[in-house]
Amino acid sequence: MSQPDIETLELHHKYWRSNIHILGVLLLVWFSVSYGCGILFRDALDQFSIGGAPLGFWFAQQGSILSFLAILLIYKFAMDRLDHKYGFDEVSK
Amino acid sequence: MSQELWNFTFIGLTFGVYIAIAISSKAASTKEFYVASGGVSPFANGMATAADWMSAATFISMAGIIAASGYDASRYLMGWTGGFVLLTTLMVPYLRKFGKFTVVDFLGDRFESNLARFVGVCCSIFICMTYIMGQMRGVGMVFSRLFEIDISTGVIIGSAIVFFYSSIGGMKGITYTQVAQYMVMAIAYSIPAIFISIMLTDQVVPQLGLIGDLKASDGAGAIPLLQKLNELNVELGFSKYTDGSLPMIDMFCITAALMFGTAGLPHVIVRFFTVSDVKAVRKSAFWTLSCIAVIYLTAPAIGAFARTNFIQEVNNKAYVEAPSWFTNWEERGLIAWVDKNGDGKMQYSNGLAFNGIPSYLEDKKGPAGQRMVSNTLADSKNEVFFDQDILVMANPEMAGLPKWVIALVMAGCVAAALSTAAGLLLVLSTSISHDLMKKIINPNISDKQEIFYARLASFGSLVVAAYFGINPPASFVAKTVAFAFGLAASSFFPTIMLGIFSKRVNKIGGILGMVSGITFTFLYIVYFQFIVDHKNYFLGISPEGIGFVGMLLNFTVSLVFSYLTPPPSQEVMDMIEEIRIPQGASGPIQGH
Repeated sequence: MSQPDIETLELHHKYWRSNIHILGVLLLVWFSVSYGCGILFRDALDQFSIGGAPLGFWFAQQGSILSFLAILLIYKFAMDRLDHKYGFDEVSK
Repeated sequence: MSQELWNFTFIGLTFGVYIAIAISSKAASTKEFYVASGGVSPFANGMATAADWMSAATFISMAGIIAASGYDASRYLMGWTGGFVLLTTLMVPYLRKFGKFTVVDFLGDRFESNLARFVGVCCSIFICMTYIMGQMRGVGMVFSRLFEIDISTGVIIGSAIVFFYSSIGGMKGITYTQVAQYMVMAIAYSIPAIFISIMLTDQVVPQLGLIGDLKASDGAGAIPLLQKLNELNVELGFSKYTDGSLPMIDMFCITAALMFGTAGLPHVIVRFFTVSDVKAVRKSAFWTLSCIAVIYLTAPAIGAFARTNFIQEVNNKAYVEAPSWFTNWEERGLIAWVDKNGDGKMQYSNGLAFNGIPSYLEDKKGPAGQRMVSNTLADSKNEVFFDQDILVMANPEMAGLPKWVIALVMAGCVAAALSTAAGLLLVLSTSISHDLMKKIINPNISDKQEIFYARLASFGSLVVAAYFGINPPASFVAKTVAFAFGLAASSFFPTIMLGIFSKRVNKIGGILGMVSGITFTFLYIVYFQFIVDHKNYFLGISPEGIGFVGMLLNFTVSLVFSYLTPPPSQEVMDMIEEIRIPQGASGPIQGH
């Protein structure tokens, strides 16, 4: 492993900050749909319903899982774009 | 065709496929054996990881647990899927870039110490061992129902098959076998759910059936399925199906322990080392969760349907008119009925029918022809005992579905148990042969010797697992699951995460954090599960959820001690810098 120069290092740090930013947003959503809607605010949400199911209950058993899927899909695209922007997606041999 | 013939056909066919795959992808090198040379496609890896992840316990018991506890069971649904979000965003891309065989390799290199390695190996072995015992029990149960043999013989047959293809094929063989097993599982899980959903609610999609209206019967107006279930539950003395009864703080902590535990399970993490690069890791993680969601989104529907069916078919019915599945499972020892009020009818309600699991009096039948039990009757109106685990397997029979569907579910159960057991066995043997033998005890052993140790270790582990499958120490297995997740959450997750996201956390912080997290969690669980009988939990957090507190402790200790001591070496700093950048991970995985 060769020592990267200052410029490359700077680039790496910028990339890492963007990465943390994306993670932060996605994990906020992750927390709200599961712990938020499914547990902490379930009673309040249960006053509404989706089809024949109380909304809080639905989030705990269905909605949270669907949201997790969406999060992973967004993560994949957001990170691929970030990699592309920084030129980290070329296959290096 | 008779039911037996259908069962044999389905199981025989699927087994043929699994074994053929295992033989055609025999491993030649350690790299192929451990991580399939890092060359599996993301979609295939997704399916395989899903099959690995969804154990017999998930496949067989989860719908049963949901049926029994309604909302409370959401902790498993959210915990076991939400963990993948953490796993994907916080762990695997960086560990894949790191590019070694095992999670323990990372701990050893990042914290510059064989002690970290050793603690890691112990956790790894303990977690996998706990898991695999439950799997062997599951295999035994299915085989016993299937071939009308006793559970012990079932366990032995299952172990032999698992050993055969996990030690021959290594990771490559296992991965491709698991792809086939995933397909069997997904089909076996969905088809009965779709049939039953149509029968109960007129909805083809079970997830819509769950929120749909129950078919109107006897001139009554249509009401939502869940509302009907709530009414039935309340009528029988249970809490509402959609409300549950766990305190919120416990619900929160258990869900968290399961989530962070999932993100720290070594046998799941290592699956992502089998794909080609970081980009493929992200894609693969998405596919994994999709494949898991197919089953996890269906389970709540099956749970609600099964409970509705069960109550309607059993409660207040005369035993002589009991459905045939009821007497079938009674014959296998997983259902029992005690006629407390002597009216010949089965009354089902909240509370135990009797204490413990049924111990039948041989050759003695009650007046209605039921099997008699010698247990002390419990003080409740409930007369029906049933093992929750039968719900998924009995579900198609309950709904009167065709015989081939029942055979398909059986094949699915076997696939679930075998795929998980094989995956675990591989990680277990890797821990022993690679992390312990090669890295700690004797670094000079050759590739060939390493694989030999791996096969030896998997044989040894399997013997132990089979023993516990045959003689489950009462409710030991169920209780130890809390261990597996609690330990993963309090050890692997925080330490690995800090190892990646903090450059400041050093050897002392990392090791102390891991040790304090585990020790606290371990002692708490042992104290409340095995030593005392009362339930005066700390802040009302049950042993199942204490891993979350252990994790917080680990984070705190790691950070405090790291900042009190000098930062890690320049080499480690460079390594962290390196794994944060995805570029270059497509290079070969290095074992040494």
